[in-house]
Amino acid sequence: MTAPIIVTLTVNGEPVNRAVEPRLTLADFLRDELGLKGTHVGCEHGVCGACTVHLNGATVRGCLTFAVQCEGAEVETVEGGTDSGRLKDLQDEFVARNALQCGYCTPGMLLSAAELLEQNPAPSRDEIREHLSGNYCRCTGYQAIVDAIETTARKRVELER
Amino acid sequence: MSDRSAVSVLDTPNSYIGRSVSRPNAKRLAQGRATYVDDIMLPRMVHLAFCRSPYAHAEILSIDGTAALALPGVLRVVTMADLQDYCTPWVGVLDHLKGIKSAPQWPLANGKVFFQGEPVVAIVASNRAIAEDAADLIEVDYKELPPVTDAETALDPDTPVIHPELGDNLCFERSIDSGDVDAAFASAAVVVEESFHFNRHTAVTLEPRSIICDYNPADENLTLHMSVQCPHMSKHLYAKHLGLDENKVRVICKDIGGSFGLKIHTYSDEMAAGALTVMLGRPVKFIADRLESFVTDIHARDHRVTAKMAFAQDGEVTAVEMDDITGIGPYSVYPRSSGIEMNQVVNLTAGPYKHLNYRVRARAVFQNKGVMCQYRGVGHPIAVAVGEALVDKGAAALGMDPAEVRRRSFIPDDAYPYTSPSGAIYERQSHRQSLDKLVTIMDYEGLRREQRALRERGVYRGIGFASLIEVTNPSPAFYGVGGARIASQDGCTIRLDPTGGITCATGVTEQGQGTETIIAQIAASAVGVAPGQVRVITGDTDVVPYGGGTWASRGAGIGGEAALQAGKELRRNILEVAGAILQTAPENLDVRDGMIVDAKGFNERMPLAELGRLVYFRGDTLPDGLQPELVATKHYVSRSYPFAFTNAAHACLAEVDVETGLVSLLKYWVVEDCGTVINPLLVAEQTRGGVVQGIGAALYEECLYSPEGQMINGSMADYLVPMAAEMPEIYVDHVTTPTETSELGAKGVGEAGTAGAPGAVMNAINDALEPFDTRLSHMPFTPDKILRALGKT
Ligand code: FES
Ligand code: FES
Repeated sequence: MTAPIIVTLTVNGEPVNRAVEPRLTLADFLRDELGLKGTHVGCEHGVCGACTVHLNGATVRGCLTFAVQCEGAEVETVEGGTDSGRLKDLQDEFVARNALQCGYCTPGMLLSAAELLEQNPAPSRDEIREHLSGNYCRCTGYQAIVDAIETTARKRVELER
Repeated sequence: MSDRSAVSVLDTPNSYIGRSVSRPNAKRLAQGRATYVDDIMLPRMVHLAFCRSPYAHAEILSIDGTAALALPGVLRVVTMADLQDYCTPWVGVLDHLKGIKSAPQWPLANGKVFFQGEPVVAIVASNRAIAEDAADLIEVDYKELPPVTDAETALDPDTPVIHPELGDNLCFERSIDSGDVDAAFASAAVVVEESFHFNRHTAVTLEPRSIICDYNPADENLTLHMSVQCPHMSKHLYAKHLGLDENKVRVICKDIGGSFGLKIHTYSDEMAAGALTVMLGRPVKFIADRLESFVTDIHARDHRVTAKMAFAQDGEVTAVEMDDITGIGPYSVYPRSSGIEMNQVVNLTAGPYKHLNYRVRARAVFQNKGVMCQYRGVGHPIAVAVGEALVDKGAAALGMDPAEVRRRSFIPDDAYPYTSPSGAIYERQSHRQSLDKLVTIMDYEGLRREQRALRERGVYRGIGFASLIEVTNPSPAFYGVGGARIASQDGCTIRLDPTGGITCATGVTEQGQGTETIIAQIAASAVGVAPGQVRVITGDTDVVPYGGGTWASRGAGIGGEAALQAGKELRRNILEVAGAILQTAPENLDVRDGMIVDAKGFNERMPLAELGRLVYFRGDTLPDGLQPELVATKHYVSRSYPFAFTNAAHACLAEVDVETGLVSLLKYWVVEDCGTVINPLLVAEQTRGGVVQGIGAALYEECLYSPEGQMINGSMADYLVPMAAEMPEIYVDHVTTPTETSELGAKGVGEAGTAGAPGAVMNAINDALEPFDTRLSHMPFTPDKILRALGKT
């Protein structure tokens, strides 16, 4: 039952091939097998959102997803989003607005925010708050995070024009 | 003391004090390039998990670890018997809290368990998953003992005594009886009374408690990678209890995923990691998982208060009387004790008001629940909520506006410095100015009109105020006089590098609040360079000056002043060298933006990089007899007052749905006075984060226990925390009354938000429900409680 299984997937654009225990979560796989420490673990039961990553373009909880479920999948983490520049404007606004304090929630917040802005390029503040309702932050009180996402959305829309 | 009379570097045009500079270290965090303890992998490192007590109170009859030890990958299965020679016990008392008592605590249970989750057996394995598997295989035979869970009956004669050797379940008691309380109540125009419950809740930092202990038997050095607020304190405690030479212990804190007072205490499981690294001679990692965090992290509050307040006909508060009982779990927590929170309640209740007739009795009692100790706000939320609720209730009884009753009762401006009935000395506060500004920015009159209009339509909104004081910048009066080796002084070492850059090492620490940024702003202003030229080093006891770290909102006020004085000293040294090189008196020169300039006219004379080059590489060209010193160290301790009190005025606008009992927080305002504001952006964000933690306490967060002492909601699915969708927009403004105790003039601000919010939210809910003639005072204010208060369930 615990015999390793080979899993082949793409992580941040790079092919990855590993033998993993069936019980290994995607979050632990990313952190411990691949050294991608930007994915954090805050609760391991699917509530806090610190482990949020993109799986085939949509956010998932890294702690509720098993690595073996990701056979053939494309996974993107904060490191990938940083390297590709996909998160850059969000990250810049987060820093400028001090939308992070300890930073532990931030990778998950950024990936949730990126997903929101793809689905809804001009969300209202309430829509932003609603979308973040699965991402816990103990430090900021959320307002700065909402500000940063709102500003990013506005700047993107302006850039489009 | 202060040399405020002289022109301070803070006043120069190129000062960076008061500017909203964003945090350079935030970029690393935003890219997922932080280093939290769990991110660190060391060679030969092993992992730790615990078999914990399922009972709140029991005797351990036998432990069988055979099956666990047989599991492949398990290295050791140890009980307290195995650790006896590796670690001494600790007792969480302080000399200056008269009569406080507690029982010894060990890294693992020593024959008995006193709370659910107490570590009983430690398992060392090659990875955490295997260690957890092994923990499930351990068989412990317990004999259950009667659990003591209810704080209110803990002292009853027929309640079992948790630690028989202590005689009773009383940890600490303190009373004050000042002025003529009975006479004041007898002659009062109005007396109001209330009983309060302050829910037990917990910190829920997103990064759990985390530690790697790495003992190297060859050189007898212990390196601790810790998620902790006070590295030097930890260095001392691990050396002391593991029997090591303190000079050979190093504590390194890289990034810390939130702390709020949680990561300032001694935890058995972390000390077990210390004992085990010494036993094994290899690194031991322990990362608490969320479920063990809920039952073993310190909890906060858990107070039952009855209180009454007397008023004169004109609305002035004349007397306060209260009784507080707080359940602290089975131990007073080491080394800060679990008496401080209660002590703060005694010291600070109704703190903004002139009430010289004050009687209080407070007792901290033992119980078989998780331990309770200092968490953001420490006692303040209780002190503020009790005082502010009674002021509102009194205002209603007098038929007066609650803001007006506050104005009439504040300590008058001309009464400072003021000694409170508890003996606390207030240098100067700005309660009136803060409240006046608050009612202006919130448009109080407009909100009252809107409230009346909406009530006609069955929409119930309420406005709640909370004025408060917050203890900051503590002197040795806080812990040092009690015998704890917890530094209240802090230091800064600052160096001019050959490039013209500045390296600055400080004893205060960073958990995301922005310490490194404000230290850079201060150092940059003091020396005369841009903040981007300053590199700040924190959180390494081998590198930074000895200091207390972060607690009691001291980083900016204490650490900031040390940085200011160190920066000024370095600037003097630079100008002396520059004067010698440029053959002019140092007074004729100045440093601006990394350049030596003429003090008059600011003609550029020499870049700091050139001065650095000459000093470090071409000493042969310097004038005879000149020995440049381009490193300066200064320390600072607050001495003239025991504390610098920050003050603030909060207001909350809430709407209560009387059909569902749901509370919506519509807006929240804070006017705070933390003296000199070094970085308005960071002050505002500390305030917002703090307010939201206080809102959590008022509306959602509660550690629920069964009568048997089992925590029944110890997961993030069951324990509610504030999430984005429910939180209000929070407006922050300032009044500025710098403390004269330092040149910088900064007071702390980290905890004021948490101190004020529970009271303001409670008052807003009660104001909303005013037409229903009901009041709530038992936090958290869940829909269920509100419906019951409305008689709807
Ligand atoms: S760690 Fe996955 S949701 Fe909390
Ligand atoms: S910044 Fe610390 S949890 Fe969000």
